[in-house]
This record gives sequence, C-alpha cells and structure tokens, in this order.
Amino acid sequence: MGDALRGYRIIAGSWIRASLTYRASFVTLTLTSVLITFLDFAIILVMFSHLTAFGGFSLSSIAVIYGMSGFSLGMADLLLGNTELVGRRVRDGSLDSMLVRPVPTLVQLAADHFALRRMGRVVQAVGVLGWGVATAGIGWTPARVAVLAGALVTGSVIFCSIFVMGGAFQVFAGDASEVANAFTYGGNTLGQYPFTIYPADLVKALTFILPMAFINWYPALYVLGRPDPFGFPEWLQWASPVVTAGFVVVAGCSWRAAIRRYRSTGS
Amino acid sequence: MSGSPTLYGAVATRGFRRYATYRSATVAGIFTNTVFGVIIAYTYLALWHARPNLGGYGAAQALTFVWVSQSLIMPVGLFGGGIVEEYAERVRSGAVAVDLHRPVPLLGIRLAEDLGRAAYHLLSRGVAPTVVGALAFTLAWPRTAPTWGLFAASVLLAVVIGFAIRYLLGLLAFWVIDTTGFAALLTISQIFFSGMALPLVVFPSGLRALSDALPFRCLVQVPLDVLLREDTGAAALPLIGVQVLWAAALLGVGGALTRAAVHKVVVQGG
Amino acid sequence: MPGEALIEVADLRRTFVVHERRGLLRRESRTVHAVDGVSFSIEAGEAVGYIGPNGAGKSTTIKMLTGILVPTSGRLRVAGVDPSARRRELALKIGVVFGQRTGLWWDLPLRDSFELLRRIYRVPLQTYERNLATFVALLKLEPLLGQPVRTLSLGQRMRGDIAAALLHDPAILYLDEPTIGLDVHSKQRLRAFLGELNTERGTTILLTTHDLVDIEKVCSRVMVIDRGRLVFDGGFDALHRVGGATRTVVVDLVDVADPVQVPGATVTRVEGTRQWLSLPADASTGPVVAALAARYAIADLSVTEPAIEDVLPLLYADP
Repeated sequence: MGDALRGYRIIAGSWIRASLTYRASFVTLTLTSVLITFLDFAIILVMFSHLTAFGGFSLSSIAVIYGMSGFSLGMADLLLGNTELVGRRVRDGSLDSMLVRPVPTLVQLAADHFALRRMGRVVQAVGVLGWGVATAGIGWTPARVAVLAGALVTGSVIFCSIFVMGGAFQVFAGDASEVANAFTYGGNTLGQYPFTIYPADLVKALTFILPMAFINWYPALYVLGRPDPFGFPEWLQWASPVVTAGFVVVAGCSWRAAIRRYRSTGS
Repeated sequence: MSGSPTLYGAVATRGFRRYATYRSATVAGIFTNTVFGVIIAYTYLALWHARPNLGGYGAAQALTFVWVSQSLIMPVGLFGGGIVEEYAERVRSGAVAVDLHRPVPLLGIRLAEDLGRAAYHLLSRGVAPTVVGALAFTLAWPRTAPTWGLFAASVLLAVVIGFAIRYLLGLLAFWVIDTTGFAALLTISQIFFSGMALPLVVFPSGLRALSDALPFRCLVQVPLDVLLREDTGAAALPLIGVQVLWAAALLGVGGALTRAAVHKVVVQGG
Repeated sequence: MPGEALIEVADLRRTFVVHERRGLLRRESRTVHAVDGVSFSIEAGEAVGYIGPNGAGKSTTIKMLTGILVPTSGRLRVAGVDPSARRRELALKIGVVFGQRTGLWWDLPLRDSFELLRRIYRVPLQTYERNLATFVALLKLEPLLGQPVRTLSLGQRMRGDIAAALLHDPAILYLDEPTIGLDVHSKQRLRAFLGELNTERGTTILLTTHDLVDIEKVCSRVMVIDRGRLVFDGGFDALHRVGGATRTVVVDLVDVADPVQVPGATVTRVEGTRQWLSLPADASTGPVVAALAARYAIADLSVTEPAIEDVLPLLYADP
C-alpha cells in the first residue's frame, strides 16, 4: 500500500509540476472549471426562483445535500477520474508499458494526466456546502460534525470505487465505457436532490441493491435532523462506513479480475 | 470548386455507417441517456407538482421535454466532443493541410458527414430512451400531422446549427493553440442556454432575455416549442425562422473562416 | 539457484481463442497456438536474436517473459522468478523497449520521463546521473531533453526509449522490433550501441526483429521461430550450415583460363578472366584462397558472405 501511495505521489507530482509551468493556462482552466460547476448549481437557484421548498427541503438544506455529493464526485474525479481512460490504453497497447513497471497499474492509470484543475469542482462544492451548512439552521452536535466529515470521506471513496469498477468494466467491454458515466455523473445528478422526489422503490434499490444513497442522502438526513421520509430504519444513517467498505472490496476484486483477464487474453 | 449531390450523399452515408459500427458504444449510450432521462423526469415531476402550469407547461409537457431533449443531445452535439476534438487534433498535427488542399468545399463535406452521424444517433440513442420514457411516464404528443412535419424540419435545423457552432470552434484551432478552455466554456453554455439543463420557459426574465439572444436555444428549446405548442402554419414560422437565420449566419461565418484558414495554410504554410 | 541460466524456458505454450463475427449474429471461434512448446535458456551476458515471420510468436514470447501475458502452460523462470507471479518484483531487473509504442510519457518533456523513472525504479542518484550522462552522450539526446515526447521523430523517440529502459541498470534488456520504421543510418547507430552495451556492460539482450542484419550485427546467437515453434537455436555458422548456404569467392585472374581446380570449392561461372567459386558456408575461405594464389596469377579477389535471407526461408519451409 505504501508503495502504491508513493508511486501515485511521484507520478501525480510530475503532472502537477508540468501543468504549473503553463501557469496562465492552468489558472484559466481552473476558473473555467469553477464557472462550469457553478452553472450546475445555478439550475437549482433558478428552480428556487419559483419555489420556497423542493421535495420538502429548503434551498439551504438542498445546498448541503448538493455540496456533499459534488464534493465526493469532485474528489473522486480528481484522484481517480483518469481510470476511465483504461479502455483507450488497452486498445493502443500502452497498458503494456505500465505493466512492466514496478508500480501497481491502477496507480499509474489514476495518476496519469493528473489534473489539478479538477479541484474546481471540489472548490465549488465546498462553497455551496459551506453556505448551506451556515444557513440551514442545523442543530450542531459532535456526532453531526463527525457524520458530515465522515460522509465527505466515505462518499468520495464510494465514487472512487465506482470509477475503478467502471475502469474494470472497460477492460471487459471495450467500447461500452460510457456505461460508467451513468453511475458516476448520473449518481451525482441523482444525489443533488432530496430523495423525496423519487419513488420509494427507487430509493429502496439505491439503499439495498446499489447502495449509492449512502454517498450523501442518509448522512444528510442525520446532519439535517430529518426523520426518514420513507420510514426506513434510522440506523441506515450511520451505515455509510460499512457500505463504503463493501464498495472498496467489490472494486478491488473487479479490478484484479480485469487485470487478470487482460493478462490471460492479450488485448 | 464544388461537389455533386451524390458526393454529399456518399459522405453522409459514410458518416452514418462509421458511427453505426460502434455497436456497444451505442448500447452504452442508450443506457446512459435512459438513466439521466429517468432522473431528470422525477426532478421535473416534483417541480411541476409544486408549481403546476409552470412556464405554460403541464406535467405531461414537461416530461415530454425531458425525453425529447435527451434524444437531441447527441444529434446536435450538445457536449461538443467528436468533431471539435478531432478537428483541433488534425490542426495540431498538421493533417488538416490534406483536407484544405482537396478540391471540394470543406464545410459542405463536414456538414454532410455530421448529418449522417446525427441521423444515426437520433435513430439509435434518440428513439430507444424515448420509448422507455413513454412507457414509464405519461407524455404529451402532438395530434396533428403538420406539427410533426414542422418538428422534423426544426430538428434538422437544430442539427445544422449545432454542427456550425462546433465547426467554428474546431476552426479556432488554426489561430489559438489551446482550445480546451473554449471547448469547456462552449459545452456549459450549450447545456445551460439550450434549455437542456432546465426548460428556458422556467428561466427568470433576465436570463431568458440573454438566452433569447444566443443561438443555443435553437438546439433544444425551439424544436421543443414547435413540438409542444402545436403551432401550425404561420404561428410556427417565427420559430423556424429564427433557426434558419442562425443557421445561415453561422454557416456564412464558417465559410468565411474556412477561406481564411485555407489562406493561412496555403499562403503562410501555417 | 546455482546452475540455472538467467532465462529458462521449458515447453512454453500460449494459445488464444479468436472470435470472428460471421454475419449479424453468429460468431466463430478458432484456437491459435501463438507459442507452441518453445524451450531455450539464455545465460547472463548473452546477446540473442529472436527472428521469425509476422505472427510467428515473437512478441507473445516477450510478453510472457516480461510478465505482461500469462502462459497457457510450461515453465518460465527469469532471474530465478516466475514472471507472471512476481511481475513487479522482476520489473526492477529488466528493461523493455517496445518498437511500436513508447514507454515514455507522451505529453511530458523527455527529461521529466527520465526523472520519473529514476524515482519509480528507486535508482540511486549517483548511478542515475552517471547513466544519464552516458546514454545522453552515446545516443545524442542532449538537444531533445526539453522537448515533449510527442514532438520527437520515431528515431529520436526510440533512442529516448532505450535510454529510459537502461537507467536503472537492468540485468536484461528486451527489445521488441526496435528498428521498425527507422532509417538506415539510425539503424546502424542503434545496432552499434546495442553491441557495445552487451560487450562493455554485460547486459543480457534479447532482441526480436524482422531485420536479419540487426541480429548479425548485434547478436552472437539466433533463435528462429515459425508458427509458434522454435525451428533453430544456435550460432550463425550453424545457421548457414543448416540452411545449406554457400559462400562465394570471386577471383579475377590475370589471364583467361579454364575453370580453376581448387580443393573444397567448385566453379559456378566463368566470364572472361573472372570466375565465381562456391564453397560451403561453414568452410573457411583461407585454404581456398591460398590454393588459388599458389597455382594461379590473381589480379583481384573478393569473398561474399551468404545472405541470411537465403538461409531462413529454407528453415521456414519445413512443415
């Protein structure tokens, strides 16, 4: 594990240094990134020009929900987003060059073309989350702080796992790489809104089958002090770490299977 | 310097076939469009439940908006991609010199190819998710034939305008080294001001005025207006008319810039 | 392990199942035996050429030796370890140059690639600086160091790749079709460099190629692979012998004469004062030349080596 982190640090560091040599370009790209993600939240602001509550939640509460999801996706995209390029590397054979180096292949893929400007989305999410947290009238307790901070970590890890699984899927499925987008960006879009707008069956599926509701929804319910609108058990609001561990295990297995598959069939 | 109709036809067919070979990518795309369609549909349902008749739409119209706009994403090239990056790369590598020295109009050829591609995307990634949407939700379809005809014309114009915008951005690569910033800005402007992110009818007046001045609404909002308002004959002309004007203007600029690019490559060897 | 060679390959096999679409829905599969029971061993310090027609199994063998591809069956040991099982551990001891793709970072300057590799392979700073200076000088990389790899020509990139593969002092250097696409001058320089690398540093080299001259100039041993099977493994003399090739001595006599009588050689052609003699490739030309000089007045004489092109098809043809 230490080897992997070291490898990541070395490679990502090189890309960061390279991007900083073109400082002007880097600054513009980061600002563009912030602007792009701001327009994303602007949609919700436009909706609220007509409403005072959406799905039973105030704008501030939705800002909290939105910020948590956006932060998690932004961090995952920053750290592992390039895993989605693995399909291209399989096709052009550059995966072989990675396999002959003494660094884990996933680390090399993730750190390759590390783009610091992706911090733009993270910055925007923190901004929205910060505003939401300040104005939502939350009754703060140490537990609530812990759950919020924890959710930012576990949510990021869940999205990271989804990116890795998407990469593994590409090794098997080649051209169909877009499928992962439905879960990463789709998952973020889904998670921007309170789940009260979705039918109960869908929320059940997102809780017990593909547990993406644990990225931000359940922790948010706890932080905002809201009872579960669907009447699901309260302990779900504490279950994020366990679910996250499950995601990590599945992601790890799927990745190992993908590399095994590549190494036993060539390309 | 011109090409015959059969040449354009052949190029369009080639564009269609080229994308038709990406079978698993198409299936993946249908899946993704469907997922996003479902998410946005529930969002709009909640919004219109809280504000019935928002922007003059009922819930059924809003849901129709979701699925038809999802179908239009790929044909009008809302997320840029494809042609823009391909073009910028050709300029960077110098391969574009080959294109510019050919005795056929570059703009026309590229347009024909894009129309072929758009036709494939509309038929594959457009129709399938809409069918799913129609089964899962209650949508509002026009009852009169002329409306469908006008809608088809409007979609065709939307594809042309979408192409022209991306073509212009691709040409920019001749003069600007790094176009990725512009490409990103274009993508977000298209998503926001086309009505894709939220129907423009819901926008507050200031933003609405801004979006009316931009060509992006012709990509999604205008075809949807034609479809949903069921304007027939003269009443739909302003909508189609706006698209025709933008298409002509953008293609005109495209042609002029192409000549400038040819000049730059042939004369200056740039 | 004492007594074990650096690279040990025993009955190595690799099969692929290839699916082909027949029409809209049907798929046919057939089994391809890319490597079909190959055995050899390579000692430390050898320079071995691995040659064969397209699709013979050369790249597949290299991929198995480096751990990229897992063998279907057979025993494979490199530096005492099984490459498929301990790939990353082995990576520290080997360098790989792929002719058709680069191991360098495409969008970064060449220097950055070297720096990255220094840290990835944990090369001690002194060793790194010494090697870098050596290879930059030998491969003339100085003016290229600041350029992004994507702006380099094929020949320049190949030189960069070779330097990159050697920075960490690997015991073995694998090269998979390194001269493809290079111009004649670049090929010559590359061959000279590789030859020196083997003789001066003792780096074990395994080189796959189509180009027969690569092997002649760099290697002392050649393995010929055809349709997954090793059809020849030995030195050049043996290769010529097996192939039944011949050497030619062209002699210009002072006067026109009848076909010369010289033991060990036969005259194949006479044109005026010039005669062509052919002798077995593994025979020495010395005695023949001496006999000629003793019995005839010679104006000029030359010896042509058997072309390896002539030898190989004879080996391939065997079913």
